[in-house]
Amino acid sequence: MQTEYQHYYVPNQSYFPIVASISLFCLAFGAGSFLTAAEGGGDFGMILLFMGFILLITIIMNWFVTVAAESRAGLYSPQMDKSFRWGMGWFISSEVMFFVAFFGALFYIRIFAVPWLAGEGDKGVSHMLWEGFVNQWPLMTTPDPSLFKGPEKVVDPWHIPLLNTIILISSSLTLTMSHKALKLNNRRATSLWLALTVVLGFTFLYYQVIEYHEAYTELGLTLAAGVYGSTFFILTGFHGLHVTIGTIMLLCILVRILEGEFSATKHFGFEAVAWYWHFVDVVWVGLFIFVYIL
Amino acid sequence: MSTTTEQITETSKADTEHHHGPAKGMSRWFFTTNHKDIGTMYLWFSLAMFMTGGCMALMVRAELFQPGLQFIEPDFFNQMTTMHGLIMVFGAVMPAFVGLANWMIPMMIGAPDMALPRLNNWSFWILPFAFSIMLMTLFMDGGGPNFGWTFYAPLSTTFAPPSVTYFIFAVHMMGISSIMGAINVIVTILNMRAPGMIMMKLPLFVWTWLITAFLLILVMPILAGLVTMMLMDIHFSTSFFSAAGGGDPVLFQHIFWFFGHPEVYIMILPAFGIVSEIIPTFARKKLFGYSSMVYATSSIAFLSFIVWAHHMFTVGIPLMGELFFMFATMLIAVPTGVKVFNWVATMFRGSMTFETPMLFSIAFVVLFSIGGFSGLMLAIAPADFQYHDTYFVVAHFHYVLVPGSVFSIMAGVYYWLPKWTGNYYDERMGKIHFWLSFVGINITFFPMHFVGLAGMPRRVPDYALQFADFNAISSVGAFLFGFSQLLFIYNVVSCIRKRNQASNRVWEGSHGLEWTLTSPPPYHSFTTPPKVD
Repeated sequence: MQTEYQHYYVPNQSYFPIVASISLFCLAFGAGSFLTAAEGGGDFGMILLFMGFILLITIIMNWFVTVAAESRAGLYSPQMDKSFRWGMGWFISSEVMFFVAFFGALFYIRIFAVPWLAGEGDKGVSHMLWEGFVNQWPLMTTPDPSLFKGPEKVVDPWHIPLLNTIILISSSLTLTMSHKALKLNNRRATSLWLALTVVLGFTFLYYQVIEYHEAYTELGLTLAAGVYGSTFFILTGFHGLHVTIGTIMLLCILVRILEGEFSATKHFGFEAVAWYWHFVDVVWVGLFIFVYIL
Repeated sequence: MSTTTEQITETSKADTEHHHGPAKGMSRWFFTTNHKDIGTMYLWFSLAMFMTGGCMALMVRAELFQPGLQFIEPDFFNQMTTMHGLIMVFGAVMPAFVGLANWMIPMMIGAPDMALPRLNNWSFWILPFAFSIMLMTLFMDGGGPNFGWTFYAPLSTTFAPPSVTYFIFAVHMMGISSIMGAINVIVTILNMRAPGMIMMKLPLFVWTWLITAFLLILVMPILAGLVTMMLMDIHFSTSFFSAAGGGDPVLFQHIFWFFGHPEVYIMILPAFGIVSEIIPTFARKKLFGYSSMVYATSSIAFLSFIVWAHHMFTVGIPLMGELFFMFATMLIAVPTGVKVFNWVATMFRGSMTFETPMLFSIAFVVLFSIGGFSGLMLAIAPADFQYHDTYFVVAHFHYVLVPGSVFSIMAGVYYWLPKWTGNYYDERMGKIHFWLSFVGINITFFPMHFVGLAGMPRRVPDYALQFADFNAISSVGAFLFGFSQLLFIYNVVSCIRKRNQASNRVWEGSHGLEWTLTSPPPYHSFTTPPKVD
């Protein structure tokens, strides 16, 4: 039995891929129509966007339910398990590179673009465009304040961001505790630690919303507040989006744990979500250092 | 929950017992999970896009046949050059390589299918939808993208037509497709090899695709991030690429080329793999220097990440940057030289025959080398100040892309077509197709070197009188090349339809697992892995 090859499971026909492609089309075309429509004319786009979103969510849910059912039915060999592991690993790598693009933009702007605009270095001639522009970071005064008014103040890293750092790092710890408990087949502890992780995830998001609200209403830190606002919001925004997705994923895993799924030895769904959560955590540490503190 | 589980077990049992062939009707293509079906769809899609992008190129060449404005408006001319580039890169060359990967990788490594079959089908089906959005932009108010395939800001942000938003989302979709496709290729190669198929026994096509897939995973998200920043600048008043807010349009170029340079290697590494399969077959010798080929491919992939600014020598980068990127770029000539040497050494004293795939491959080695040498000229920063944005650059990258990537794809198609269809193609017609293409592309692109060195700028619908003769010659060549591709379609279609049973081995000198299967191969290739010694 040990030496016999277990067939690699090749699923039969599936309607998921094509419907998912149609939903992506609706999302993309809807978003395009919505954004390019003249004032008040974006209804069609909005409807299409919404339909695409609902369709995509439905397909993703069905897809995962099917995969879970196939796994329970014993169709997956250990080789298949490895495929999923490699797949998730490389997916997270691609996500890392997505953030690399934004971090790269931030570093380029701070190290080259803004000093050059202020007359330093090899490309200092660009100083002629906006005389009197001073190199500083956070960039409180943009080269042309009539087009992009700089922020009045920036977020103090030692209040909400520090709190959020503590929250997110402890959520990684609680998740690891939950994983340890699952391996020891202690289901009660597993679900408790996992529930705590979900709560921490939501708390993080709550504080992030508070922070954005403050930024917009009190600090004058908006998307339009020059390049500081642009880099700040694109980095924290996409991170926030990933935390949201991660929290939803954790919630799904919690529901599955409570339904009695996952065994002490076989629980790749759990591990995949955990990897994703740790990745989100690591990105946050980068954000805390390079966006908030430095 | 338990009912679904039972249902699935039952259906899957029933299917493993009865389900050996493809499903009937159109559902076979829409819902398939079979690597061969998906590979076929990729290849047909790529052919359709190749013809579409080709028509756009012919419109450009028709306009450039004479100086002055003849047929199309300058703005439409810009849309044609832009769309031609985007469609050929993302719609023709990349999907063709993914199609070949889908067909060949599982058969070459002794796997039953790709590792993640449903994801595989999703990767494909995103593409037709993404490209329909892309092509629809041509009919929108303000026209389609007209800012060149490199879509530099602020041309693509501040001064872009409204349809740029659709373009951005189409690029997002292509990115999703490529990333998932790449994940699938990596997982398949790392996890699905037959017992005994160690990494250093992998066919080179598989090796080059593995490295290509890593490049895709690393750079497609960068492209996604870039178009996202564009979207924010256009619609959400950020200032990434606007100096007035403290950003920098040059930042766009850095990010674009950090994606773009590995991207051009994504379009050539699988070509190296295909040629490395074909030349040993028809030289009836083992590939010379297998392991050095693997190392050379890996070095090229690594170097591709540290040379991007050679596309931007004239934009104004610090002197140290010019020097670093110049020397790093020249370094690429070393591993590339290793590869060309190995191909030539493989042919040296081989008992060669010149069937169509071999003709395309030899043309690849020669003409790709010409493109490589003009690349070396462009790498010299001070000289590049003269060449930048001229037709010399156009000649250079068309020499590496058309007789490079496109010829390798055609070589691969002729090489594996008898295996896929079970029928030999018409060798005489194949050779006619080759010679017409070979003559056509050289007439098209060789004169571009001269007009480029003389200073003719690219992406302009009109030009000074002294360039007229060479441009007329180029246009004639382009139409010759373009219309010869109808022969290619004819050859493929008649190979599918005309019965002319191919043997399992197909070619006398072929080696590898894919040739142990019947021609055409069974719907599920290796349900139990073969043993590799």
